[in-house]
Amino acid sequence: MPVITADKLQSNYDVVIVGSGAGGGQTAYTLTMEGVKVLMIEAGRTFDPATEVAMFQLPSQAPLRGEKTPDKQYGFHDCSINSGWEIPGEPYTNANKEPESQFKWWRQRMMGGRTNHWGRISLRNGPYDFKPRTRFGAGFDWPISYDDVAPYYDKVEMLIGVFGTNEGLENSPDSSPGVLHPAPKLRVGELYAQKHGKKVGAHIVSIHRAVLTKPQDAETLPAKLHPGNAKAQGILAEHMRTRAPCFWATDCHRGCSIRANYDSQTVHLRPALATGNLDILPNAMAREVTINKQGKATGITFIDKSTGREGHAKGRVVVLAAGAMESVRLLLNSKSNLFPQGIANSSGKVGKNLTDSVQSSVSAHIPAFEGMPIHNEDGAGGPHAYVPWTLHDQNRKGELGFPGGYHLEFTSGRQMPSLGVVNGIDSRAGSPSVLFGKKLKEEARRFYGCQLGFGAQGTMLPNDGCFTELDPETKDQWGIPVLRFHWKWTDAELNLVKHQQQHIREILEAMGGKVSKPETDPAKAIKQGGTVIHEVGGAIMGADAASSVTNAWSQTWDVKNVFLADGAPFASTADKNPTLTIMALAWRMADHLMDEMKKGNI
Amino acid sequence: MSPTDNLPRMDRRKAMQWMLSATATLAVRDPNAFGADDLIKAKGYGPDPSMVTIYKPGDVWPLTLTEPQRRTARALCDVIIPADDASPSASAVGVPDFIDEWISSPYPAQAGDRRVVLDGLKWIDEEAMRRFQKTFADLKLEQQTAICDDLATGKPKDKKVVSFFKRFRDLTAGGYYTTSEGMKAIGYVGNVPSATFDGPPVEALKHVGLA
Repeated sequence: MPVITADKLQSNYDVVIVGSGAGGGQTAYTLTMEGVKVLMIEAGRTFDPATEVAMFQLPSQAPLRGEKTPDKQYGFHDCSINSGWEIPGEPYTNANKEPESQFKWWRQRMMGGRTNHWGRISLRNGPYDFKPRTRFGAGFDWPISYDDVAPYYDKVEMLIGVFGTNEGLENSPDSSPGVLHPAPKLRVGELYAQKHGKKVGAHIVSIHRAVLTKPQDAETLPAKLHPGNAKAQGILAEHMRTRAPCFWATDCHRGCSIRANYDSQTVHLRPALATGNLDILPNAMAREVTINKQGKATGITFIDKSTGREGHAKGRVVVLAAGAMESVRLLLNSKSNLFPQGIANSSGKVGKNLTDSVQSSVSAHIPAFEGMPIHNEDGAGGPHAYVPWTLHDQNRKGELGFPGGYHLEFTSGRQMPSLGVVNGIDSRAGSPSVLFGKKLKEEARRFYGCQLGFGAQGTMLPNDGCFTELDPETKDQWGIPVLRFHWKWTDAELNLVKHQQQHIREILEAMGGKVSKPETDPAKAIKQGGTVIHEVGGAIMGADAASSVTNAWSQTWDVKNVFLADGAPFASTADKNPTLTIMALAWRMADHLMDEMKKGNI
Repeated sequence: MSPTDNLPRMDRRKAMQWMLSATATLAVRDPNAFGADDLIKAKGYGPDPSMVTIYKPGDVWPLTLTEPQRRTARALCDVIIPADDASPSASAVGVPDFIDEWISSPYPAQAGDRRVVLDGLKWIDEEAMRRFQKTFADLKLEQQTAICDDLATGKPKDKKVVSFFKRFRDLTAGGYYTTSEGMKAIGYVGNVPSATFDGPPVEALKHVGLA
């Protein structure tokens, strides 16, 4: 079973998955390795990470030095095609006009989805992150605990390959012994921040990222991941052997043709296809989940983008992994006499409880780095260190004015220069005039790599002002009703950002840094909803059918054979990036799904 | 980032007003504003370009500088980034072509720069004629430097040309340091695969008091 066209669809599948990213990829992998016949529907085209990613190209080899344009909204060499916050023919709307109530929705229309261009930061949610209501009296407790997910975090990390260290931190969990790949050495800026950040309570440690730093252990991992399944072990071992460890060059956002970092195709879909149990239908835009008279899902109606024709794929089970908001849209658009408000929506909670990482950033010029001896610090194509959240005592005392916390990611170093490399050089050099000539070249060399900043990613609990619904009028180019967003920050997020801004400033100043921007109003410093591309929720899991959309297995309460495998079931956003948790929950969901199929419950 | 982010603080407000009006002018496409040749009708590269292709300016949309404009741009680029013992000049690594590509771009973010650069190049030649009776490219380096010194220190009453110089400097330097020669000149030595990552060398650690 391979990548197919709509005319090659089989008459029936065990499971139809919508979306080929982290959640869809993990679900397809887990199911097909166990012999389940799966169809995956992807809205974008096929994409070959081995031949289509631009790893070594210089900005001067791209139009406009690779700067962002409306066609390539993350820059020319970023591994994203047919993607963006604005896609022609695929609108969405915002209910309110104020800038602070806008939500921006990134869509990644390509095989592998958003896993093609992320930073590979793979942090586990901690025990507190699953129980915000118990801990902070706000939001909702997830119906699962860290202990439920921990074995799946281990499995996912063994499969995809994650480097990092175990630090024994409160609420930033360790991995089981032997799971993590060795962490790379820290760069000079990371070490310098580690030393001086201590003075202001910043505890800087190795970050966890989905990048191989040694060959994967193809001898022992397959048996750990697929006990008693010789075929799966053989396929996985073979695929692990085709992945090379990081060669310490090029930005992970560009993709990785040597397969050192994780993307869904490289790690999930290649072995899944090798089982012979997976068909992938690209260029197919899912329209709705079809339902029979008994209220069970029967498959997916889609528009074949290559012909414009509508088609239908039949399955015993439907798994939505289209990206949290796209999955919500599918649920809402699946209207019938039985479900006039869309499926899985008897609670009225589909589209409610959207959250995103609460992000702001500050950077500074670090004079100590001026004239640094020239050296190569490309490393693992992204950060090697981060600042985990450690102020749990203050959380307990209720001193902070916000639930949860945030971690800090580095934005620094002697990276490949981009068009803005000399920005701000005149003021940095104390020059009242615009530098040019020999002096400019000297100063550019002296100041290159001296800029260091931190981006903070923080907790967000659901609030009544952040939700989405179908726009009553606007439709996309295929006539499918689009989403309309409502977004509202509360004091919790603004207080969080205020704390982020002050703490980053403290760290930078402890490093002798000169922060150029004045103190910023948190309402202005906070990144717009959606722009961090960590949006989750909209079909949250919960303890009962009245207050949530799915049970603890991401299975919808109302339609037992519909499951969610992206960020949609997240009951809140932790101070950790969501991708690793999406994969762990997808694997756990797929195990449960197979149990239920075996028992004949679905 | 908007093009005005790099402008000197004292001129920022004025510069922004001017940029806004320049953009507005462009938006209504008044052919009398700065000549019909200023209208960009080309298309962009679309949402699914080949990322691995090696592109040169002019490959995706046509370049639009006239030969005299290009000559002036080339001379100005090399006053901003001259050659030295260790590294070549801006024009030797194709920066004028990049600037031409930039101002010929069909995308809205570059539209403001188009007006800034075309007007600025015109001014600089007029200034060269006024002071030294030759076009800028034909002046001696001292003469070119004298004009640039005035621009760099904000002497001309016309603040538009002062902003132009800053913007042209940023584009020239950015265009230069994003080439392999420019990367060498600034001290970027990465983009090379390696079997190991050994962390910072001891000299780098010593430099910041970590060894």
